[in-house]
Amino acid sequence: MKNEYLDMFLTFARIGGLTFGGGYAMLPILQREVVEKRGWTTENELSDYYAIGQCTPGIIAVNVATFIGNQRKGIPGGIVATLGVVSPSVLIITLIAAFLQNFADIAWVQHAFAGVRVGVCVLVFNAVSKLWKKAVIDKPTMVIFAVVLALMVFLDISPVLLVLAAGVAGVLVQTLRMRKAAK
Amino acid sequence: MIYLQLFWEFFKTGLFAVGGGLATLPFLYNMSDKTGWFTYDELANMVAISESTPGPIGVNMATYVGFTSAGPLGSVVATLGLIMPAIVIIIIVASFLKKFKDNQTVKNVFYGLRPASVGMIGAAFVSVLTMSVIRLDLFRASGNWLDMFSLKAILLAAAVYIGTKKTKWHPALFLLGAAVVGVIFKF
Repeated sequence: MKNEYLDMFLTFARIGGLTFGGGYAMLPILQREVVEKRGWTTENELSDYYAIGQCTPGIIAVNVATFIGNQRKGIPGGIVATLGVVSPSVLIITLIAAFLQNFADIAWVQHAFAGVRVGVCVLVFNAVSKLWKKAVIDKPTMVIFAVVLALMVFLDISPVLLVLAAGVAGVLVQTLRMRKAAK
Repeated sequence: MIYLQLFWEFFKTGLFAVGGGLATLPFLYNMSDKTGWFTYDELANMVAISESTPGPIGVNMATYVGFTSAGPLGSVVATLGLIMPAIVIIIIVASFLKKFKDNQTVKNVFYGLRPASVGMIGAAFVSVLTMSVIRLDLFRASGNWLDMFSLKAILLAAAVYIGTKKTKWHPALFLLGAAVVGVIFKF
């Protein structure tokens, strides 16, 4: 039992240490480590967790880690996964804050991270297209995807509103469908 | 007792900041005004470092602010304060989900939520795209649309894309490779 928690902690510590950017940058690493390699959750559940994680308080990466840990091993699992995902940050940032205050101004660090951002961009694209195949399954889901994407990119609309509206839209579409099928 | 105060300030941030790491920024500015633990200039440097080190940005910033305000123990206390509300809220939400997983209405809600979630992550992709491969920021600064396209970045992106499709390598290897290319070719 003890080993399973240790394994979970280390897995999430690795995920936290390999995330460069916000919660979305964690997605490709999560898919590899937690969906493909370990089968702790599915692509669809990941979409669900991101949707909820975006509109509940707290950092998205932390919310998603708590969800997966909790799904796997209950409340202690949620806590262990979350502590795992934040531990590399605490370690690395403490070291940098203590010894390398000008870290972000070092030229090679800037070059390295400009390169990493290009890599993250491609990985996130792959990750999104994987989720897209599972979530966009018919015309109404295509419309919801396109509208949310456009609103987020062009207008600064709160994700909370979008998630609420999408949930309502899902219920309406499915209810209408069932009515039609019943007739 | 600064540790208690630090924990409480970050607990509030974790409770009220909705939507990812950068959503905590207004709370951090407010904290600077109220407590004087760190200045706006220091905060700007912390954001830059948090964006260019491993780990979720929000957690990095909490750790950094905690360290600047109260040393190594401060960084642990601030981070724990930040994640505490999220852990409690998510565990409650997850237990509701488990209970109503097979409820038809809940299923219908998720039918609509999933594509919305993908749309939101898609929007995050667009914002990284405009900072890395298609440099909207440089175009805005210079007004010259040619500045938008960096041949180096486009080639690197194409190489990473082909690599991910042709191999089963761990995503982190591609990030490491991209970092090395970034240093060598001065991105």
